[in-house]
Amino acid sequence: MDTRSNILTIPGSTRFLEEVRAFIAGHALRAGLDEARVDRLKMAVDEACTNVIEHAYGGESEQRIEIAVIARPDRLMVRIRDTGKSFDQEAYNEPDLLQYAKRRKSGGLGVHIMRKLTDEVTYRSTRTYNECCLTTLLRRHHGGS
Amino acid sequence: MSTFSVGYRSVGSVQILDLQGELDAHTAAELETAIQKCQKDNNVHILVNGADLAYISSAGLGVFMAYIEEVRGQGGDIKIAALQPKVFNVFDLLGFPMLFDILDTEETAVSRFENTSAD
Repeated sequence: MDTRSNILTIPGSTRFLEEVRAFIAGHALRAGLDEARVDRLKMAVDEACTNVIEHAYGGESEQRIEIAVIARPDRLMVRIRDTGKSFDQEAYNEPDLLQYAKRRKSGGLGVHIMRKLTDEVTYRSTRTYNECCLTTLLRRHHGGS
Repeated sequence: MSTFSVGYRSVGSVQILDLQGELDAHTAAELETAIQKCQKDNNVHILVNGADLAYISSAGLGVFMAYIEEVRGQGGDIKIAALQPKVFNVFDLLGFPMLFDILDTEETAVSRFENTSAD
């Protein structure tokens, strides 16, 4: 497992999600996010990694997920890369909770949660990897000392 | 390395599931097994106590959604009680209060079941 200071690389397995959350929480706290926003970013990254495992890799896999935390003066970005099947953004529809329950559907909420919990979600696919980037803006107090 | 567990208790006809730890895509199957066990035992008045639930992701929420209609169809319900504020916020974010009975305390949830049964 690669744990360079701002990069965590894990196998595509849900067994490592707890470790991912701890990694994100550590970096987010150091970047100055308050506890509530740390929790939000942690969950958004969990959802992104879960989507990679379940959809890009089609289940538990030895293929890797690279999670990189990139700190900028005004924002904290988490970049998640995988080498699986790309996500079809065109085919994505926002979920309707009542319909989900009626159809006994249990998945598909991840993207919705990622969008709700962070300031920006971007996704792109290259010839070699897919990349999801979650951004949380650092809101600093203005006019103070 | 699972830090999630489900404890079983009953109060009268209410089956209480005490959730502890972090509920994510890795541990959600344990909650699913617990709800299936309740259904199999015909204990469909299910009360999920979340006092010790530290985290939930959409995989955990999905289990509740997958079973709520079925359990109601069996004449029961899944009620949720005593969630920590940060966990409640996740339920709230997705509009779960519209779909589920979410109560502040276990006692309130139990009496809600008892009142429904008496109707």
